[in-house]
Amino acid sequence: MSIDRREFLKPLGVAGASLSGASALGKSKPEPDQEEFYAILHDITLCEGCQECEFACAAANNLPEPSDYPDSDVKRKLKPDQYSVINAVETSVGEVYTKQQCMHCAQPACASACLTQAMTKHEEGPVTWTEGKCMGCRYCMVSCPFDVPQFEFDDNNPKIGKCQMCFDKLKEGEIPACVENCPAEALTFGKRSEILAEAHRRILEDPDSYVDHVYGEYEAGGTSWLNVSPVPFEELGFKTDLETKPYPELTKGFLYSVPSVFVLWPALLMGLREATKKDDQEVMEGADHE
Amino acid sequence: MSESLMTDTYERPASTWKFLLSELKPRGNPWTIFNMISVPTVIVAAVIIVIRFVYGLSAVSNVTQTVPWGLWKGFNVVTGVAFAGGAYVLTFMVYILGLEKYKPLIRVTVLNGFLAYTFYAIALILDLGKPWNIINPIIGNSFGTSSILFLVAWHFMLYIVAQLIEFSPTIAEWLGSERARRNLKRLTIGAVVFGITLSTLHQSGLGALFLMAKGKIHPLWYSEFIPTLFFISSIFAGLSMVIFQGSILQKVFAYQLDNNSDENHNIMIRGLSRVCAIAMFVYFFLKIVDSVHNHTLGYLMTPMGVWYMIEMIGFVLIPMLLFVRGVRLGTPYTIKLASIMTLIGIVLNRMNVSVIAYRWDEIPRYIPTWMEIVVTVSILFVQIWIFRWVLHRMPVLRTMESMTATSQTQ
Repeated sequence: MSIDRREFLKPLGVAGASLSGASALGKSKPEPDQEEFYAILHDITLCEGCQECEFACAAANNLPEPSDYPDSDVKRKLKPDQYSVINAVETSVGEVYTKQQCMHCAQPACASACLTQAMTKHEEGPVTWTEGKCMGCRYCMVSCPFDVPQFEFDDNNPKIGKCQMCFDKLKEGEIPACVENCPAEALTFGKRSEILAEAHRRILEDPDSYVDHVYGEYEAGGTSWLNVSPVPFEELGFKTDLETKPYPELTKGFLYSVPSVFVLWPALLMGLREATKKDDQEVMEGADHE
Repeated sequence: MSESLMTDTYERPASTWKFLLSELKPRGNPWTIFNMISVPTVIVAAVIIVIRFVYGLSAVSNVTQTVPWGLWKGFNVVTGVAFAGGAYVLTFMVYILGLEKYKPLIRVTVLNGFLAYTFYAIALILDLGKPWNIINPIIGNSFGTSSILFLVAWHFMLYIVAQLIEFSPTIAEWLGSERARRNLKRLTIGAVVFGITLSTLHQSGLGALFLMAKGKIHPLWYSEFIPTLFFISSIFAGLSMVIFQGSILQKVFAYQLDNNSDENHNIMIRGLSRVCAIAMFVYFFLKIVDSVHNHTLGYLMTPMGVWYMIEMIGFVLIPMLLFVRGVRLGTPYTIKLASIMTLIGIVLNRMNVSVIAYRWDEIPRYIPTWMEIVVTVSILFVQIWIFRWVLHRMPVLRTMESMTATSQTQ
């Protein structure tokens, strides 16, 4: 069931209502309801780079099977027909594997950028794309801090390709294909609050194997995809210069000023026009001086 | 060319339909240099557009997954809208502030604005992946009200209508309906007030589009004040366009203008130059304050910093000083040069924000294909064709009285 947009925006509205309050949102705890989103933890210390998740993803989404392999010399990229990629990265603790896909932000930039609601955040957690609504403007791609949405530039009826967190399976009570098929148990699926607690538990219980950072806890205001790693995330090529507040906050100030301008401007303009009118005489030819 | 134009122009046929048909016929010498360049270019562009819709965008365009907006959005839409800003600034000066001396410029500027917006909408449609879904944000089954682009799209549409209303009395005059003209004229002030409000919001809204691209746009160009900067720069971008365009129209349409129009034109141009210089000063000042505030001055010594200084000093500061000099010395040549440099500066700025400094660190860089450039230029050409068609026929530059007067003397 798709979440009602107004309901979804309510917490945003409250946070953004006072512009000065926006910064207070910075590193505060994520909104309580976003704790109830589903989330997935990728434990990089456990991942073996076997690509089972990639194959499962391709099968679940009717996409071609991946034909290349993780290689630390090559950076594999997301493609319109590949929603999830495993990359091998050479680090100080040896070769580790990262997984890239849509992060399913709690307050996604893409969904707030979309002028047709083709990108939608659901209360279960997934951010999905609806073909019939999309007009192909690619503003979601401009806005996404993770460069996730992929556009079929070579098609005359192009689609946006991105991980949907197997939304159809979630609705059936199943879990996403990648999690289901991970033989190394590097992926864990559950409510975001539980997954976040699990991530911190792993770090606490074995501080030597992990850096103390759950990637996705605060990045872009919190995401449904969380990562824990044996090395700092910079080393893995993750974006570490991201905002800790949700990206839609960046446009809130402007959007809130729109109604004020709409009310104030015409009043001001008409007032100015009256004030600058010459006495007893119509200034404009339009105002029937005949 | 003007001779042949004048002879058959205003023997008005009895029926409006016959008149319209006679007006549709091309006039004058078709073998001008402009036509010989523009016609083949537009034909090539038509072929490119067909290829684009059959095989997809990548068949003609170099846009990538990381730089999804290219020349068509960056130049035709984002830059073009700034150039069309003259209409709201001039209607503000004439209808709101009552500065009557600029009135002769209103019709041609509003016409230009109307055509510009219409053609930018066309450019946008060419760039959309699924243009048939453009109806979605309009009919209301999927209002993305939290989207800046939703706001900009609606303001675009409404502003096109407002400009058409502002221009409609001229069309009524052309069709010879005095009553329609008078009724339409009553709508003008409403359309003007509405139009200025819409312009304020969508000129700044185009800048606000890039607010969420924080981290993707080079820090020298990214600022939380992009909306304000876009708005202020649209004032001098629009007026520079009025000045530049006016200098061409004074020559090409000299046959429509009376003897002292040159002098009047120079007086208006000097007034507009003052406005430009002041707006540019405010803009330049804000840019500096912004750079200091965001601690981005350290980037000035990098290659992107040099590129930034070329834009800011070469095409904002210097044309601003040229405007001041042109006003002081009363030299139209200096003012014309200043307006051209300002326009180049706006192209640089808008292209920098939307394309060049956007993912400046990305390799390989986005460079438009020759096909993208041909389409971009062709959109301008077709716009000029229609602009020219209207100017030759409707009372835009001249008044109706002077038209009848000249046609009687023929």
